[in-house]
Amino acid sequence: MERGSYDTIVIGGGPGGLAAATKAKELGMRVLLLENRDMLGGIPLQCVHPGFGLHYFKEDLTGTEFIYRFIDKFEKLGVEGYTRAHLLEIELVSDVEKRLRVATPNGIKKFETKSIIYTTGARERHIFEIGITGNRVPGIFTAGEAQTMMDIYGIMPGKEILILGSGDVGLIMARRFALEGAIVKGVIEIMPFPGGLTRNVVQCLQDFGIPLYLSHAVTRIEGTKRVERAIICEVTEDLRIKEGTEREIKCDTVVVAAGLVPYIKILEKIGVTKDEATKGPIVNDHLETSIPGIFTAGNALVINDLVDFVVEQGEEAALGALEFVEKGGIPTKRWRRIVRGRNIRLVIPHYVSGERDVMIYARVSKPEENVKVRFPEIGKEVKLQVVKPAEMIRLKLKKEEIGKARDKITMEVVKDERD
Amino acid sequence: MNEIKTHRITCIVCPLGCEIEIKTKNNGEIESISGNKCPRGKDYAIQEITAPKRVVMSVINVKGSVFPTVSVKTSKPVLKKLIPKVMEEISHIELEAPVAIGDVIVKNVAGSDADIVATRPAPRLK
Ligand code: SF4
Repeated sequence: MERGSYDTIVIGGGPGGLAAATKAKELGMRVLLLENRDMLGGIPLQCVHPGFGLHYFKEDLTGTEFIYRFIDKFEKLGVEGYTRAHLLEIELVSDVEKRLRVATPNGIKKFETKSIIYTTGARERHIFEIGITGNRVPGIFTAGEAQTMMDIYGIMPGKEILILGSGDVGLIMARRFALEGAIVKGVIEIMPFPGGLTRNVVQCLQDFGIPLYLSHAVTRIEGTKRVERAIICEVTEDLRIKEGTEREIKCDTVVVAAGLVPYIKILEKIGVTKDEATKGPIVNDHLETSIPGIFTAGNALVINDLVDFVVEQGEEAALGALEFVEKGGIPTKRWRRIVRGRNIRLVIPHYVSGERDVMIYARVSKPEENVKVRFPEIGKEVKLQVVKPAEMIRLKLKKEEIGKARDKITMEVVKDERD
Repeated sequence: MNEIKTHRITCIVCPLGCEIEIKTKNNGEIESISGNKCPRGKDYAIQEITAPKRVVMSVINVKGSVFPTVSVKTSKPVLKKLIPKVMEEISHIELEAPVAIGDVIVKNVAGSDADIVATRPAPRLK
């Protein structure tokens, strides 16, 4: 057993973890950060495009610039951290005592802590999860793999590339491939609208004349020694394949950008309750999971569209951990449940106390214009010109507002009649 | 001949994403702009039709560091038509570690008035 015990141990050294660990250190906590790769920084290390930090730093930074601000802060504050440290197991000794078993280059180590901030990010959905048949040949990558190859190691994944999925990741990769001289044959999107921000549709696809195939799916990938072609077809409104619409697209590479899923394997193993809408843990307004003293933030909690939200959540989780350590728990007189109403696909957090202001993050199911976001139980309304599945709704509920509700607060999107 | 050309662009200034239609005359003069729900859209449309600009990002090979590349960007948006030239100019560069964030790699790249600056450090391997 390592000597001493920590107030909090942060699992994962990406943006959420770095924000949580630096905040915890600033709050005077005994904090340790564990990262399983050999460098701190996580995914933004390979995000060479701008669009980061507009909320948090009020500047337009690349992902790399953004994350190095946190890495520098982490080092300047002298936060204790290990890279190449792989969490194997969490043992719950008591509500205020957890033991971690961690694989390191120097063997298995054990750490004791009062709380945990779990910021392991997300994993990419793989081709096997989206029902594509055909040959399993070289030339099929996830977007993250292709990005690591190109923007960390400087290796082009292919020459004629077809991209699957029009979320921001897929769009941004399309631009990077095109800039570096590859021919991007198209971006295939199963939904009737693009998954990413309009800005990215314009600047990543239209700028380079890359076709976007909406309401299309890839059904097969074929080739012998390498990908040679993909078979695409149109889909109906209920996402069923339209017979007779099959078409072949020649390409040597298929890049799958089919979305992200919170990566919370070890939390699931110890019984953290999961939200089927977010695929992440159920949390309260300090981002504490259903297990006392285990907090989460960033893409392990919910897939965020901006890294700014990830670090904001990391800092909130650190505040939660501090309160937990000081009071031996997160006390509240009454938890109010946040309930998903009309056109709300997911919302974070799930429980609010009314003892602090809370940032609400939500995503709609379908695009709508001229709407109100409404919380009927507390009489709050916010007008929005447009809501889109690609853009999270982020707004603050004040503690006095939350206090008006008895046991639940519904969040819904309704048409703004007076328009 | 006084032909009118119609361009359609999507405004990206705010999440509304208005579809803006711009009509231009032969000499490039703007005849009309419609579809924008606010004046910011008009400014954006004029910029996009007359001199669209973008920030360009890439990676450049570097020797003697943890990763074999540093990431770079243009210090400000460059004219869209200069982008291929910018990419061409930086494709031959090979750097030596160390490189720090903000280091200027190329001054006035492709005559764009923007510099190529490093956005990811490349510390020297010990
Ligand atoms: S024209 Fe105005 S309202 Fe429309 S997208 Fe542009 S900025 Fe938004």
